[in-house]
Amino acid sequence: MTLRHQDAATPPVAEPAGGATTSPPPRAPKKAGRAAERSRGYLPYLVPGVLLFVAVIAVPLAMNVGISFTRWQGVGEPDWVGWQQYQKLFTDETFWLSFRNNLALIVAMAIIPTFLGLLVATALFDVVSKEHPRTTTTLRAAFYLPQVLPAVVAGVVWGWILHPEYGSMNALLRLVGLDSWAHDWLGDEKTALLSVMAVLVWIQIGYPLVIFMAGLQRVDPQLYEAAALDGASWWRRLWSVTVPQIRQEIFVVLLTCTIAALKSFDKIFVLTKGGPGGSTLTPAYFSWQNFFDKFNVGYGAAIATVLAAIIVGLSFLFLRAQNREER
Amino acid sequence: MSGVNKVARKSVLGVLVVGAVITVFPFLLVLMNSVKSPQDYTAKGPLGLPSGVYLKGITDFWLRVDFGEKLLNSTVIAGSVAVLAVAVSILMAYALGIGRVKGRTWIIAIFLLANLMPQEALIYPLYFLAKEVDLYDTKLAVIIIFTAIQSAFGVYLLSSVLSTFPREIIEAARIDGANRWQVLWRVVVPLSWPTLSVLLVFFFIWTWNEFFIPMIMLVSNDNQTVPVALGVLQGQRLMDVTAQSASALLGIVPAVVFFLIFQRTLTRGIAVGAVK
Repeated sequence: MTLRHQDAATPPVAEPAGGATTSPPPRAPKKAGRAAERSRGYLPYLVPGVLLFVAVIAVPLAMNVGISFTRWQGVGEPDWVGWQQYQKLFTDETFWLSFRNNLALIVAMAIIPTFLGLLVATALFDVVSKEHPRTTTTLRAAFYLPQVLPAVVAGVVWGWILHPEYGSMNALLRLVGLDSWAHDWLGDEKTALLSVMAVLVWIQIGYPLVIFMAGLQRVDPQLYEAAALDGASWWRRLWSVTVPQIRQEIFVVLLTCTIAALKSFDKIFVLTKGGPGGSTLTPAYFSWQNFFDKFNVGYGAAIATVLAAIIVGLSFLFLRAQNREER
Repeated sequence: MSGVNKVARKSVLGVLVVGAVITVFPFLLVLMNSVKSPQDYTAKGPLGLPSGVYLKGITDFWLRVDFGEKLLNSTVIAGSVAVLAVAVSILMAYALGIGRVKGRTWIIAIFLLANLMPQEALIYPLYFLAKEVDLYDTKLAVIIIFTAIQSAFGVYLLSSVLSTFPREIIEAARIDGANRWQVLWRVVVPLSWPTLSVLLVFFFIWTWNEFFIPMIMLVSNDNQTVPVALGVLQGQRLMDVTAQSASALLGIVPAVVFFLIFQRTLTRGIAVGAVK
């Protein structure tokens, strides 16, 4: 979820999500000596936060990196194996498969929702909101509703709807005479990933929508009037006025949703358990399997470390691109 | 907009309404089917209207998973995390944003990164350490972990909010003889309450929605949260049609209640988060 996120959602919620772009507070004017003296009095206030950070994030993260250089079943002494787990990882078909699947989830969680969110937000904003402010609020709330669900609950809902025997999706298809389309959506290798993607779009769409609508209120209406005078079409205005004006929001949404997609575990756990035949496996799920299912703790740690490195790298790239934009 | 004529407007509105109805439809399906009796479901399938209100499916499921206990666990965990994480964040942000402690840019950047870390890269050591210190399978472990994770975000957000806090107010309070601690509690906290309340709501909901770490840390039934209980039941054989729709409904209701209560805070907060 959001604000973050996540959530991310928070954002995330959300997940995670939303807000990764604040520039750090400006530096204090350098009046060394006295100022430094004064700020030292504030140091005790850092203690609880720093202790928690060290115990819950820094130390475990370092341990995880350490474990990734070992072979370990979770009990007894870990065997130091150097880079072996990473070598294995780069030649492991399953890892690459999970990675490709994750790219599909990025499309479903970041790219499609950003695009649809932009369309719906502008449509709501300039077609509906002026005449029907009430309708706008209701429609926005409707699109946002799936965002408030815990991901697991969204998974429970869709697992039930897509159930091959008693699910509503197949019942609906039979009702409209498309009997031959009805099948095991999540249990068939051909449709599982697409079904999961569709569920993710449903979950995600409200987040960019709400952020973009807030952003649109900032845009100077004169820009649109000028564009209209120039005879620009609706699409043209969307592309040449709206998108550049709210690009900061677009950045935030793409970054936070991409990161959230890279952390896809809970929806996969509830919907498909990575199956069938690994067709919906993600690195996050794959690392969990190695930790707690196969007791390949060292290998699980290597996957998790690679995932963390990708997320850190991606955040740096996004933030740098954004800084350059701002300058 | 002048370029858009009336027909186009109406059709855009129509498309949006259809989209919204499709989005909400799964919720209606769940609601409708959770009050159907199993016979009713067999006879009419998932799309037929229920012939009466049958609540036994819901009450049976409630009793079977002891849902009241799960709600209580989730509330205790999410509530404690929200309060503690906001407290930790405001203390740190006070030192970073107002105290302007040396190296604050680095500290804030590191906390932001910490917040982005995938939980997968922390979980095994956390699981191992929790066992070492006898906190495995306790709510306290989950509370400590999420206080750290959420406050990493809180520090980042609040530091930038507090760095714009009017310094004259603080100096005036200091001249009146207030010490640092009093300035924080009597001046900074009351004046930044709007931001703090948004954070409280977000931390509560984010923590409520968490699944991965609670699932691994809370193995015994009486410690589980709502998402954990519903998530691990999913796909088990004892989940028949009625149990499935009941579990979906019981998962949806608290989330929708929070949404309705905090709707304004949430939408405001999301927007603030994006431009901050």
